[in-house]
Amino acid sequence: MAYFLELLLSGLTRGSIYALIALGYTMVYGIIGLINFAHGEIYMIGAFTALIVASLLNIAGLPHLAVLILASLAAVIYAAAYGFTVEKLAYKPLRNAPRLSPLISAIGMSIFLQNYVLLAQTSDFLPFPSLIPELPFLEPYAHIIGSSEVVILLVTAAVMVLLTLVIRFTKTGKAMRATSEDRTMAMLVGVNVNRVISNTFILGSVLAAVGGILIASHIGQINFAIGFIAGIKAFTAAVLGGIGSIPGAVLGGFVLGCTESLATGYVSSDYEDVFAFAILVLILIFRPAGLLGRSADTKV
Amino acid sequence: MFAVSLKKALLIALWFGFLCLPIMVIRVNPYEQTVQWRWMNLLLVVGGTLVISLAADFFRSRRAGREATGRPGPVARTIGHLLETPRFRLPALAIAGLAVLLFPLVFSSYQVNIMTTALIYVVLGLGLNIVVGLAGLLDLGYVAFFAVGAYGYGLLNYHFGLGFWTCLPIGAALGALFGILLGFPVLRLRGDYLAIVTLGFGEIIRLILENWNDFSFGPSGIANIPRPAFFGLDLSLRGSSIYLYFLMVALALFTIFVVTRLKHSRIGRAWLALREDEIACQAMGIDKTRTKLTAFALGATWAGLVGVIFAAKTTFINPASFTFLESAIILSIVVLGGMGSIAGVILAALILILLPEYLRVFADFRMLLFGAILVLMMVFRPGGIVPSSRRTYTYAGSAAGGDDHPGPPGGPRTVAAGGREEP
Repeated sequence: MAYFLELLLSGLTRGSIYALIALGYTMVYGIIGLINFAHGEIYMIGAFTALIVASLLNIAGLPHLAVLILASLAAVIYAAAYGFTVEKLAYKPLRNAPRLSPLISAIGMSIFLQNYVLLAQTSDFLPFPSLIPELPFLEPYAHIIGSSEVVILLVTAAVMVLLTLVIRFTKTGKAMRATSEDRTMAMLVGVNVNRVISNTFILGSVLAAVGGILIASHIGQINFAIGFIAGIKAFTAAVLGGIGSIPGAVLGGFVLGCTESLATGYVSSDYEDVFAFAILVLILIFRPAGLLGRSADTKV
Repeated sequence: MFAVSLKKALLIALWFGFLCLPIMVIRVNPYEQTVQWRWMNLLLVVGGTLVISLAADFFRSRRAGREATGRPGPVARTIGHLLETPRFRLPALAIAGLAVLLFPLVFSSYQVNIMTTALIYVVLGLGLNIVVGLAGLLDLGYVAFFAVGAYGYGLLNYHFGLGFWTCLPIGAALGALFGILLGFPVLRLRGDYLAIVTLGFGEIIRLILENWNDFSFGPSGIANIPRPAFFGLDLSLRGSSIYLYFLMVALALFTIFVVTRLKHSRIGRAWLALREDEIACQAMGIDKTRTKLTAFALGATWAGLVGVIFAAKTTFINPASFTFLESAIILSIVVLGGMGSIAGVILAALILILLPEYLRVFADFRMLLFGAILVLMMVFRPGGIVPSSRRTYTYAGSAAGGDDHPGPPGGPRTVAAGGREEP
């Protein structure tokens, strides 16, 4: 029983990270119908930026809290900047091209960003400074749950709530919903569609960066290749929950995280990635709309 | 005019400088707690971006001016002219043929091996061209079929002692089988989902090969795979590499022939229809299921076939040769060459495989360049370096009238972008 709970907890932690990245996928897909392959790399770049800034500030001798805040801020800003630039370079010129073109462009961008970080930094696994502070009131429960798990779950929950509020109640959120429903009509009623799309990318990238910082602190090391695998799993989570649906991405993330954790715990840990891919394949074959999605028929 | 574009270029250059600041300029060594500042990189990025933006602006304004007058550029005109006139084509082909035949006699084994690798990628590119270029099904797990062929030969040879020539058709058959197996589940999926699922399949096969030690010997792979014997004689190392080279040349020519015939056949036209509009294609009575499965199966057959040859050439295979990166490289070949264009894919395979070998000094930047090529080709020249062309047929004008374009007596004529004929 204790083992099961332990697995479940680690699954929820994993799932939160998948959920954070999956939100970016789902929002972009909802708005322009494109799977942003490069999204995983944005997550990786966020983690790397946090590592670089945090290490720099640590060497400079700044207090722990300042390092945490400044590194997180830097990571978020840079991830947003990269997301914005990737959109302008690789996706905007192909907005009206046949579906295959932006997809291939996205794959190209993903490969480019991975190798860019590889060449500019290093191929080694870099140790990530622990940015998440140790919460003293969790001391007695240290064998069940660590402070980083608590922080991850809390931050994820807070981010979800914030995102839902933004989408529901702000003007930007309304514009996003309008654009994802019908882009031409949104343009006709005066929504600046280009800006809305850029904002969506920025928002998605911010979430991915937060996920990157959290998981890098939790695991303790990063590498230029983490974006690829995390990206595919997060995409699986988004599809599992129903792509285009925000609560779906969250649900999909948690379901995928827990399933993966339980499967690796009880069956085998070698085939961890195979489970994720198998879930993806099964979902796309049997229920392509996902758990919370509505199946949309293509109109001729 | 120039001042405006200079200001814009400057802003873009500054933005990119800001972007690259942490990752390119700062390198932290966490073990020694040191920081290395590389300001040269910042200068390179800002300067380079400035130059590129100004150049891009310049070329864009020139192309806008040219489009207004409607004349194709000087380069396109020369190439088109060269390829069309038979006076140039036949001698060019003859020279190329002679070069191919004499190549191994002039160069060392190392160079011959490189050329054989390039030819392997030519066949792989042509195979993926069937799936992605002609049928429009973005398959990101293509390398899995390659692995199936290679491991098929390795395992059959290890367990049953089957020779190279026996395994060659078996490899092709295995490829076709796995192509159909992959094709079945993805029949109903559209472009984006299809890409991810095929990616998933490719990774699943690689992970199974890597982890199922009892079956595939895991990461240590299979070694001592025999090379093909020449009529029963075992050859020396140099003889073997020359033998494999000519084998690959023959296979490549065979592939080119078969793929060209397929493209201009009924199934080829069905694939093109499928690529353009699936629903319209169904409405015209084309069996979508059969067309898709045929595309997958035929595409995978070539991969299985060269998989056997790859295993024989390198005599050692392990799962590390069959990663997603390989699929991405083959995809780059197809995209660079022009989706559906056979000459383009051949040229692109030779460029993308041979150039890194000859420009070893830039080896680190190889994958970076692949990614950039994919993005740049899609944005600026989606047709590829040699855009594919469709054959059209014209009909003689009917005497009873009612015909808007009474053309010359019918016969196949090729319509191509920029006036180039499909070889």
